[in-house]
Amino acid sequence: MSFKLASSPHQHSQRNTAQLMRLVIWCALPGLLVQSWLFGWGSLIHFALATVTAVVTEVIILEVRKRNFEVAIKDSSAILTALLLAVSIPPFAPWWISVIGAFFAIAIVKQLYGGLGFNLFNPAMAAYVVLLISFPVQMTAWLPPASIALHSADFLDSLSMIFTQYSREGYSLAQLQAGIDGHTMATPLDQLKTDLTLGMTYSESLNNAIFDNGLGIGWLWVNMAYLAGGLVLLKQKAINWHIPVSLLLSLAVMATLFHLVDGDRFASATFHLFSGGIMLGAFFIATDPVSAATTNKGRLIFGAAIGFWIYLIRIFGGYPDAIAFSVLIMNMAVPLIDYYFRPRTYGHGRSAR
Amino acid sequence: MSDTTLDAPIDNEIDIDKSADNAEYKNISWQGLWKNNAALVQLLGLCPLLAVTATLTNGLGLGLATTLVLIGSNSTVSMVRNLVPNEIRIPVFVMVIASFVTIVQLLMNAYTFELYQALGIFIPLIVTNCAIIGRAEAYACKNPVKFAAFDGLMMGLGFTLVLVILGAMRELLGNGTLFDGAHLLLGDWAQSLKITFFTPDNAFLLAILPPGAFIGMGLLIALKNVLNNHLEKRFEQPKAASTITRARVTADS
Repeated sequence: MSFKLASSPHQHSQRNTAQLMRLVIWCALPGLLVQSWLFGWGSLIHFALATVTAVVTEVIILEVRKRNFEVAIKDSSAILTALLLAVSIPPFAPWWISVIGAFFAIAIVKQLYGGLGFNLFNPAMAAYVVLLISFPVQMTAWLPPASIALHSADFLDSLSMIFTQYSREGYSLAQLQAGIDGHTMATPLDQLKTDLTLGMTYSESLNNAIFDNGLGIGWLWVNMAYLAGGLVLLKQKAINWHIPVSLLLSLAVMATLFHLVDGDRFASATFHLFSGGIMLGAFFIATDPVSAATTNKGRLIFGAAIGFWIYLIRIFGGYPDAIAFSVLIMNMAVPLIDYYFRPRTYGHGRSAR
Repeated sequence: MSDTTLDAPIDNEIDIDKSADNAEYKNISWQGLWKNNAALVQLLGLCPLLAVTATLTNGLGLGLATTLVLIGSNSTVSMVRNLVPNEIRIPVFVMVIASFVTIVQLLMNAYTFELYQALGIFIPLIVTNCAIIGRAEAYACKNPVKFAAFDGLMMGLGFTLVLVILGAMRELLGNGTLFDGAHLLLGDWAQSLKITFFTPDNAFLLAILPPGAFIGMGLLIALKNVLNNHLEKRFEQPKAASTITRARVTADS
């Protein structure tokens, strides 16, 4: 009979890294599928491209570092990074966008810092920010939901768009972006931002065809799908409630406060919670166990600060959405948060810091 | 330890002087260009290094300006090193450096006006480049003029080299060109130097923006460390073999 000598933590989870990663991927899939259903095949194609690039990059770099790449590939973390990156990329962005992004995420953000578990920043979000500031045109060319688009694009069209930038009938991206009325359509957050700078009020802006009942068509369902996946993750205890709840709550509080002060200029909390990638960000991105805060109190601060930044950047910043920026800012603050919310060692007093 | 130097032939004093001089020059070059490189190892002068290296030409221009200032300030500081009281040496060094920066600034204003405008505030800011006062304090104020001037040259060249490589990397990634705008520095003939590798429809803006400078710098430092390790391994192997054969049982050497 042999006793296993183990250091703390003594609490055991039945899951290993690979199982956890795969669980997160399964829970994110509904969101990806809804996104593809509403906005076309592009996201799935980008997912495939990003996965291949991420896995190949990881193998090459681990080979150079003389590490065992089999373990690293089997834990599916590269696939999860690729998934999170792919759903953040506009569906018809050119193919090299997701290739460059996945390469950067794995090579620079993950492996250069030492591989899984050592990265300071969330790889998918750091790569997204790199793409966004390097290729702003491609990275903001979102499509209107297929239900209200002027031209529809099937799978082969999407392939052709991604690899040649023209659909099989020769439509360009700008033409595919047109809605039923022929106007180019932006994302709800983008539309609202532009309208507000044009002097329209919030309620006037909601009359645009991409809005339905005060929410962007399609985006509600995308967010719902990620919310559902996120709730499963919570139920499975793959993530703690602290980060998503504090993130959503602080965003809602900020939005409500500003909305109450000036309802013409600031959108309601519901609008903010169900636009852009909030649910994806709250449940799948901010909760990354490596780059997030590690104690429960710290997680509350971490999530709340992300919500705060998301609101500030959405309203006062140059970009329409802000999840990636906010998560990266707070990733930088994680060492500080962890320093101040270090759990008390058992048997030591309060002042034993 | 010093078996070889003891065995070296000692003919007359001049020979010793010469060989010592040569050794010192060699050491200075090695320190300035590689081992103690101002940009890659001391990490001094990062502000201009990261800010102006968006193109190769800018990097080269700023590197040459810094080198000129370094040579001038190092030799002047070395000349006055015995006259300056220790307590006020820093203000004196700063005055010397500031005068040389002013000279270089006026020269660039006169002869390479466009480059002067492109580099903007970073030419006067050479005054605050820690690499320069660092060399004045660490080397020039303790050594004779000839060594100090040579140290300035080598440190400057090492710095310029990094500026040029970083500038080339960023320009190549961001613009697809090399030597773009070289005529601003070298005169009209240099327009033919411009090499266009590709004309990107979508410039990789990250390379041109400040984060690209930081990432490029990090990669360069990493590359230098890799090369260093390789060199050390290569030179160490025979040494390691020879130490194994010496079976020492006592602690004294």
